[in-house]
Amino acid sequence: MKLFGIKIPMMTSLIFWALVWEIVGRMDVIFLIPPMTSVIAAGFGLVQTGSWQNATLITLRSFALGMTLAIAVGVPLGVAMGRFKVVDNIFGLWVNMFVSAPLSALVPILMILFGLGETTVFVTVFLFAVWIIVLDARAGVMQVPPSLIEMGRCYGASRFTIFTKIILLSALPEILAGIRIGLIRGVKGVVIGQILVSIIGYGELFELYSRSFDMERFWALTIILFAAAMLLSAVVEHFEKRIEYYAGAR
Amino acid sequence: MANPIPLRTADNATPDAIVEVRDICKRYGDIEALRGINLDFERGKLTTLLGPSGCGKTTLLKIIAGLVPATSGQIRINGRVVTGPGPERAFVFQDFALMPWATVLRNVAFGLELKGMPQAERHRIARHYINEVGLSGFEEKYPHELSGGMRQRVGIARAFSVNADVLLLDEPFSAVDEQNRRKFQEDLLRLVDKERKTFLFVTHSIEEAVYVSDRIVLLSPRPGRVSQIIEPAIDRSAAPDVIRRDKGYLDVVEEIWQGLRQYAE
Repeated sequence: MKLFGIKIPMMTSLIFWALVWEIVGRMDVIFLIPPMTSVIAAGFGLVQTGSWQNATLITLRSFALGMTLAIAVGVPLGVAMGRFKVVDNIFGLWVNMFVSAPLSALVPILMILFGLGETTVFVTVFLFAVWIIVLDARAGVMQVPPSLIEMGRCYGASRFTIFTKIILLSALPEILAGIRIGLIRGVKGVVIGQILVSIIGYGELFELYSRSFDMERFWALTIILFAAAMLLSAVVEHFEKRIEYYAGAR
Repeated sequence: MANPIPLRTADNATPDAIVEVRDICKRYGDIEALRGINLDFERGKLTTLLGPSGCGKTTLLKIIAGLVPATSGQIRINGRVVTGPGPERAFVFQDFALMPWATVLRNVAFGLELKGMPQAERHRIARHYINEVGLSGFEEKYPHELSGGMRQRVGIARAFSVNADVLLLDEPFSAVDEQNRRKFQEDLLRLVDKERKTFLFVTHSIEEAVYVSDRIVLLSPRPGRVSQIIEPAIDRSAAPDVIRRDKGYLDVVEEIWQGLRQYAE
């Protein structure tokens, strides 16, 4: 970025707002905003506590399970919807409905169904992530150029070979994009799920810190979550970039 | 002509027809795309299907390729009735149909890969044809790193690699700019001469058709029918620039234009 002809380093904006936060915090205007430095200090303290480590473990476990299931169900379902009109007709309406629905509203029902525990959180992650994965996989499969499939038939490929060597590879960029957005939605799912259940993982910690007005730790935990979500997204994006050569030929 | 008598006794038979089209009709719902097409394609010749858009020339080519089923009629290749794609035919696509995730080498060798040929052998053959179409040094490039003309050269190399008897080219140069197109046509003639294959070529460019073809089949639109067959007698041993100014060449272009102008909007 350039401002008044001077090149500004990438992190400037971040550092600027951190400074503003620090000043506001030190001015003691509102107890909700403690100085940035004490939030960071609280963060370092926090990660050493057993309760945080335990909560992280539970959170990661619910997230990993939910995402694994979302990908394992979402990609094949999306591919099947893209390939077979019947499957598309059966699931299309539901997928489109759920992808834009406010799923948080369903979590209380999940709590009744699955109890106040990790299962509810795991199902929440799945429900948050799966629909966009389905839709993107479907779009990817439907966008395979017809001439590529004709090419496969022409040069003697069986239906199975066309599917594995042409359709799946051709849809891979969209499938990965769906998984990336799914991962981000999954992070939302795990946090919202845990906060609503509020007796396990980060939900329990958030509940504890906000009720005892422990704002340093509250913010530290929030920042850790934000950073984790961004890191996750960056990792998948890096992977997507490695197959960038797809884009040029589209 | 409708009864499937052996070709050699059929009254309109071409002595050495490799592709025989018999009473091909094609309907898409209410739309009649092709009506009663009867054609023979002689072995070792380059025949062009020429006509205005909507005359069904690409449909006919895809029916011959076995990619599109005909509503009625028969296609025979080497005397045998075919209903689907087969190894004796190779197709060159208008939009190249290259796999963007595969290198030039893998794209060219893909037809052989599908046949289960070992990698070393298929790469050897692919390299040979990559060289033939003038793409040496680009083996490890990806399609998006190549220009449109170069991408189509990959498509042509892939079609040559599988060693089919008949090469079906669907407007192969339509996405190539004019300068490259001319160069391409000249290269194609050289390959036609060298490879001794049968070529079926679809185009909407009159000049291109006259320049490259031994025989031109003019199709009329809605429904597609054979309206005229022209055999331009052009001496192809002459230099390309001489041919393009040759009186015979220009006369044939004019003749075709007169035949087609009634369809122009």
